[in-house]
Amino acid sequence: MSTKGGTERIEHTFQQLKAEGRTAFIPYITAGDPDLNTTAELVLALEASGASIVELGVPFSDPVADGPVIQEAACRALAGGVTLMKVLKMVEELRNRSQVPIVLMTYYNLLMRMGLKRFAQEAYAAGVDGVIIADLPVEEGDELRSYLDEVGIALIPLVAPTTPPERIQLIAEKARGFIYCVSLLGVTGDRTELPPDVDLLLNRVREQTDLPLGLGFGISTAAHASAVAPKADGVIVGSAIVKRIAQHPDDKDQAIAEVRQFTKEITAALA
Amino acid sequence: MMEQADKFGRFGVYGGAFVPETLKPALEELDSAFRRFIDDEDFQREYEDLLRDYAGRPSRLYYAQRLTEHLGGARIYLKREDLNHTGSHKINNVLGQVLMAKRMGKKRVIAETGAGQHGVATATACAFFDIPCEVYMGAEDVERQYLNVLRMQLLGAKVIAVSSGTQTLKDAINEAMRDWVANVQETFYCFGTAAGPHPYPSIVRHFQSIVGREAREQILEIEGRLPDAVLACVGGGSNAIGIFSGFLKDTSVRLIGVEAGGDGVETGRHAASLNAGTVGVLHGAVSYLLQDENGQVLGTHSISAGLDYPSVGPQLSYLKDMGRAEFVAATDKETLEAFRLLARTEGILPALESAHAVAHAVKMAKRMTKDNLLIVNLSGRGDKDVHTLAGEVG
Repeated sequence: MSTKGGTERIEHTFQQLKAEGRTAFIPYITAGDPDLNTTAELVLALEASGASIVELGVPFSDPVADGPVIQEAACRALAGGVTLMKVLKMVEELRNRSQVPIVLMTYYNLLMRMGLKRFAQEAYAAGVDGVIIADLPVEEGDELRSYLDEVGIALIPLVAPTTPPERIQLIAEKARGFIYCVSLLGVTGDRTELPPDVDLLLNRVREQTDLPLGLGFGISTAAHASAVAPKADGVIVGSAIVKRIAQHPDDKDQAIAEVRQFTKEITAALA
Repeated sequence: MMEQADKFGRFGVYGGAFVPETLKPALEELDSAFRRFIDDEDFQREYEDLLRDYAGRPSRLYYAQRLTEHLGGARIYLKREDLNHTGSHKINNVLGQVLMAKRMGKKRVIAETGAGQHGVATATACAFFDIPCEVYMGAEDVERQYLNVLRMQLLGAKVIAVSSGTQTLKDAINEAMRDWVANVQETFYCFGTAAGPHPYPSIVRHFQSIVGREAREQILEIEGRLPDAVLACVGGGSNAIGIFSGFLKDTSVRLIGVEAGGDGVETGRHAASLNAGTVGVLHGAVSYLLQDENGQVLGTHSISAGLDYPSVGPQLSYLKDMGRAEFVAATDKETLEAFRLLARTEGILPALESAHAVAHAVKMAKRMTKDNLLIVNLSGRGDKDVHTLAGEVG
């Protein structure tokens, strides 16, 4: 295992998977739901059951890109007093026990409040590898990207079905780590059907870049994952996991056991 | 000083477009349509005809003689936006935006609303242009502005009560943005205030600037000179930037925005983002924001649903920093007193939002003489608030 962190750790992970002919499984959980100790346990369980990269949602009071499942998880975490700084502290402690690539997913105001430069330094010190900001389009990202570049953390951009080819090119030029392809028009959330036109989106992005492509939003079952596995380099599942955690508010062990089981199903479908 | 945003929608450090990627192309489409329409004579003519024949413009600049004599100070003029069709300044912006929606071939219009004034105006324009309309409204506001909910429904709009978060305007905007992300291709988001992501602050300012242009012309015609100060209430800030924009170059004219002081700015229970906020990003723009030390948006409190918003339009933040506009707050109590005073002296029931501006004008006028002139933007009428005020009768 490489001891390098940041963008390099993410790149290395994708290269290794590619050599093995596998698709990355990238689960998302909301940090601090139900509490940060459980989040740390969940990250370890996810890694042990086959996750390649873990996305940690840092809760924000006004998550416009999220559906009800992740909104409610954010509410619970905020009610428990979770802050960006506490999440970073948790990641730092987790680094003694795990080298799984960790990507924070959040909203811009939390970083702005901390200070972009300070955030980059704190995230680096904690051992964060990448950052996804749901409300930061490429035009607004230069300042944050330059601070993250200085410390080698990837600012992972999103591409949506509405993104025209010339914008995809602009986004791809400035992308680090991988590109998060949003599979559908809408907010995060589990859905019964896999969104249509996923191939179209992945092909359009693939034409512009050699970076790994992660596909997320609405992917909720092992069957969904297995259907998209041949087309994407990574499959991102959020709400379907967050929902399983939410079902056991008073039994953390049961929540972790279910997440472990679900992760195994997904990774088996991706193999 | 910048009077227009730069191409990234920035007024100095404020503004921008911090939105999910899905919406970014839609905002670019909106921006280019807006640029096209404001130079299009046919669009302009249709818009101006609507303002005159349908909305009832120009609105009067009315000398409030009885209020003035009661206070014994500065002469107070009221810009009577309350007399517009639908009862507030909101119709100016909505007719422009829904006309854009129609010409862009959009099949559906969504809007957020706080007090319901923007929702009613949007429902009205959508009935007029025959476009389906859905309005997001915080569950708390649905309750306290129920009259406006009924008006929207009678006009054929669907009102969706939002029960997430604080159940007020901020959450209605969150939910409208989520709807727009999911339905962006056929849906026009008719944004109600001069806030939100670029180009909305510029679009709303443009369509509300008629208020300032008229007021300036009218005061020159009546008094032969400019006023000493122009006052407007500030929630998101559309009526304020609308009237201020007419006087930006007149540096002798003080521009005073009056925020919702709630129980008092010092109590923390208020919605005075320019008075007590710090710079942050909510709903797509950098602006003053009521937030905690970790960047979480704080709950707000105001007696008026239309001002109950934790951020503010980016151009107002810029004008504050430039020192071109001043921002003060009126408490709920001061606002109720001003409401009562205007009702009893002039026979005008102002919207609780607008009554904030009246409250500060009362304070100022008392310290001035009859040689001083104040213009208050009476942005809306108070019929919608009689339910809230029922306990005040006596």
